[in-house]
Amino acid sequence: MTSEEIFAKLKEKFGDKILETDTEAVQPIATVDPASIAEVCEFLKNEPDLDFKFLNCLTGVHINKVEEEEEEKLRVVYNMESLVIKHKTALDVIVPISKPNVPSVTSVWKTANWHEREAYDLMGIVFDGHPDLTRILCPEDWEGHPLRKDYVVQEFYQGMKVPYPEEEPKQEEKEEK
Amino acid sequence: MPEIKTEDVYIELGRHPKAGFAAEDLILQMGPQHPSTHGVLRLECVTDGEIIKKAVPKIGYLHRCFDKHAENENWQQVIPYTDRIDYLASMNQNFSYAITVEKLMDIEIPERAEYIRVIVSELQRIASHLIAFGTYGLDMGAFTPFLYAFRDRETILDFFEKICGGRLLYNYIWIGGVSHDLYDGFKEECMKFLDYFEEKIHNEYNPLLSFNKIFIERTANVGIITPEQAIDYGLTGPCLRGSGIDWDLRRDDPYSIYDRFDFEVIVGKGEKGTVGDSWDRYMVRIWEMVESIRIIRQALQQIPEGDIISEKVGKVVKVPKGEVYGRTETPRGELGFYLISEGGKGPARLKSRSPCFSNLCVIEEMSQGYMLADLVAILASIDIVLGCIDR
Repeated sequence: MTSEEIFAKLKEKFGDKILETDTEAVQPIATVDPASIAEVCEFLKNEPDLDFKFLNCLTGVHINKVEEEEEEKLRVVYNMESLVIKHKTALDVIVPISKPNVPSVTSVWKTANWHEREAYDLMGIVFDGHPDLTRILCPEDWEGHPLRKDYVVQEFYQGMKVPYPEEEPKQEEKEEK
Repeated sequence: MPEIKTEDVYIELGRHPKAGFAAEDLILQMGPQHPSTHGVLRLECVTDGEIIKKAVPKIGYLHRCFDKHAENENWQQVIPYTDRIDYLASMNQNFSYAITVEKLMDIEIPERAEYIRVIVSELQRIASHLIAFGTYGLDMGAFTPFLYAFRDRETILDFFEKICGGRLLYNYIWIGGVSHDLYDGFKEECMKFLDYFEEKIHNEYNPLLSFNKIFIERTANVGIITPEQAIDYGLTGPCLRGSGIDWDLRRDDPYSIYDRFDFEVIVGKGEKGTVGDSWDRYMVRIWEMVESIRIIRQALQQIPEGDIISEKVGKVVKVPKGEVYGRTETPRGELGFYLISEGGKGPARLKSRSPCFSNLCVIEEMSQGYMLADLVAILASIDIVLGCIDR
């Protein structure tokens, strides 16, 4: 199925829960209402002619602000494909940074478990309904979410100094000065 | 002092029958320093005698936050970092990143560069599978296969050293092509090695380990992954194909020039036990080496003369705005990069979807009910590289 057909099918089933679709881009993508992402994924997996049984990748993104007054936003991108029909698609959801809650899709694909933990750990996206939403790559008592744009490394971790001592400025930075 | 009930504390700590922890259970930490975890991985095993009730992987000991590094570098500077994701298959990692960026740039790569890319990444696949073969033997108590594997891997590393100077971390496949041309006489040397190596697989490797009675007893019917589990957990590469699923990106979603070659996709058939057991996953790797030899032979015969790097890519790479998910089939499975470009001098976001990360998460479910000694066999059959998991 082409992306147009897949997105048309989604729109037919979920109506205005599909906020936006983009089929012109290099990677066609549909933006979904965060509250209904789990249902949409469930439908994509179980519908026989869609058959998206394989979740490739789940990416957390911190969107760069375009305008100054705008509230900062986080985004989750889901890449999935069907190993039988051999087609693929992508979905995304956008949530405000003050309330970064997205329903978990662990019940749909088990592989989402670790990917969601990673997105929580590094990006601070909270997946509601996740069985074990703990840090996976950083230590349990680490502070902050490293992939956020405003992340500042903590000074000390368990009594150890964390940031390296000041390095020599890079060559190009010197030239700029 | 307020009274603290012992029971409450132990329920909270998860070490009480009410919290699912039986009196006979013992928590055993396997790792982080353990010879068979192939790096710094800790498995928290709840055991009843020698039976595993639960084995939970704890990862992150090698975490360097590749994603954050990538955001702070320019387009080409990311390539050396990709080398270090999976340090046993660096060529494939370079390849995957280059393909992702090129997808967004929408450029054509010179024919010769495409062929060189295929040749080096298939040689790398053989080198990587040789490590998997050797260390699997090592974990099962057979030391000799490891020495055989390293003897032949050395030849491949010598080829790479002569091509680009690096033996392990290459920075060879660049955006738009490759950094150096093949040296004179590579074709003959490589052909000679392939003839020699194919014979060794059949006459040395297989009799030595693959069809060894003790090895089969240790691995057949151990660590079975059902096809449904494999898909649900997002397994890729030999782990997915070992479970009998006919899926290979090189054939099913051809990238580069893989659609020009004639090769077979190897799947596990359960010859010695059940489909999806450890032996099947191991054997998929062995026969994949033979298929890689076939691909390299065809590529060496077809390779044309010409440029090795696209002229459209200048010293400063310009990538238009957009986002894309690019991937290739590495020795361990699908390595994908989710790339977002905002037209700047480097990636705005680059997530690496590493194959080992997804392959490892199945271990909690599949290891239940096996003996503790089998856990070593199961872990080795997944062929993990911790650099790839922790990134």
